[in-house]
Amino acid sequence: MIDALGWLLEPYEFAFMQRALVVLVVISVVGGVVGAFVVHKGLAFSGDAFAHSTLAGVAVAFTAGANVSLGALVAAVVTAVGVGWARERARVSYDTAIGIVFVAMFALGVLVISRRASYTPDLFSFVFGNILGVSRSDVVGASLLGAGVLLFVAAFYRELLFVSYDPAMAATAGVATRTFQYALLVLIAVAVVVALKAIGIVLVNAMLIVPAATAALLSGRLVRIMAIAVALALIASLAGLQLSYHASVATSPAIVMVATVIFLGALLVQSWRGRRGARALGGAAA
Amino acid sequence: MMQRDEPTRVAASPEHVPAREPLPPEHAHRQYALEVSDLWAGYDGMVPAIEGVNLRVPVGELVGLIGPNGAGKSTLFKAILGLVKPWRGEVRAFGRPIRDARDDIAYMPQIEEVDWEFPVTVSDVVLMGRYHGLRPFARWSRGDRAAAREALERVQMADVADRQVGKLSGGQRRRVLVARAIARGARLLLLDEPFAGLDAAVQHDLVAILDGLASEGLSVLVATHDLSCVANSCDEAACLNRTVIASGHPNEVLTEAVLAKTFERHLLMFPLAPASGGGDARRSVGTPP
Repeated sequence: MIDALGWLLEPYEFAFMQRALVVLVVISVVGGVVGAFVVHKGLAFSGDAFAHSTLAGVAVAFTAGANVSLGALVAAVVTAVGVGWARERARVSYDTAIGIVFVAMFALGVLVISRRASYTPDLFSFVFGNILGVSRSDVVGASLLGAGVLLFVAAFYRELLFVSYDPAMAATAGVATRTFQYALLVLIAVAVVVALKAIGIVLVNAMLIVPAATAALLSGRLVRIMAIAVALALIASLAGLQLSYHASVATSPAIVMVATVIFLGALLVQSWRGRRGARALGGAAA
Repeated sequence: MMQRDEPTRVAASPEHVPAREPLPPEHAHRQYALEVSDLWAGYDGMVPAIEGVNLRVPVGELVGLIGPNGAGKSTLFKAILGLVKPWRGEVRAFGRPIRDARDDIAYMPQIEEVDWEFPVTVSDVVLMGRYHGLRPFARWSRGDRAAAREALERVQMADVADRQVGKLSGGQRRRVLVARAIARGARLLLLDEPFAGLDAAVQHDLVAILDGLASEGLSVLVATHDLSCVANSCDEAACLNRTVIASGHPNEVLTEAVLAKTFERHLLMFPLAPASGGGDARRSVGTPP
């Protein structure tokens, strides 16, 4: 018993592990809440696009000697607004527009980085994530952004729900439909930036999608999906962190793998329940 | 009224819309739930989807708006509501400009414009009808919940209040949206193709609900393809094909000549059965073989 507790608590003797824990809690809450919208409005590709576009912001900020997280935030938000604009009036399809913006921004990032002769580990920690390198100011920044996202969703939950379900009636009822459709994209962009330093560009979208997709298998109501997604993200984060500490593997892939295993488990339970339900119905009919 | 069979149609841009007579000034605003005068709207800025539409919905009446696909029915609804910016024309509800009458109006868009996969429950949707403006951190009041419950009972959907809307049948989905309109406490309902894809029995139930609302003093404008429904249940009919071909009492409007012009083809009409009995189809229309 003592050993098990020790196994669980041992990692947190280190300050960097404590910071990792705090930032993962923030990421889980924000990712679960925003992810519920991402999954149900078919915005998974957008999330990925915002993540990849941050490389341009990070690279430019790094080269200019500015704050790299701020650079990532600006790039993600600009991309979100650009994608919203493309959706409104582009003559190409939405996912094509995203695809173009996405690769262009990532290419710009790589281009800027390639001008620097030396290897730049700080930049590449953004690509693959470096949860153990999260600084105190990173924790503060992620917490502030996360709090902003949560406050916005709490304040305008009714509007976000209405616009997501029936934008036409929402507009006639006086909801600023366009504003909230853009706001949703910006929320996703900010959520991506919250998780960026810890999880990395390549895997950050998983924190939005996998827990929320799992939760969607278990409930049909947005607020419950959010709550379940947050709980599942927390479980995956803590388990992944333990796994990475004790098995000496990279943290963010460990978290994503745990989240994926939970998703597959929920899918199995769901299909089993579905089959059992179908059998029960068949039995009743016979 | 625009002559539909003129050989040439001028592609009117917003700047080049020909002048048109406004509604006569002596008409009283108050007795109409909706007055549309000389409304023009379109999407690409060149070809109007609707042109010079004049339409009135008297208070307490069920008005059927008939027209083929692409006749501009949805565009007319959207232009009335300001979802599509009209090129010109005026829309008044209860004698006021439409934008000042928002709380008096409930709109039900075409069924496919709604995201049925989104995780909202039946009661979530009906509560949306109670939305009357931005109030950050607001929760639905007890009164809102009571109104929603009442509206659901009215359409006999109270027993599925907690179900996710995606799990509902086509008929149930329409009833949820009608319940939302009722919960709003609106005096004017604009329903875009509420009967599309419904079987006769389900459609009959829905018409009965709308009929009941109209008899309580609500005014309803309903777009549909279904001529028999309009003939049997509506107080007034309006035929639309980019402009209003004819409007008035269904018996006067649903003539072969008007329908041929509205649907741009010759329709085979069967005589009306005596106006008694249930609300099932007593008139049917089809194209000749």
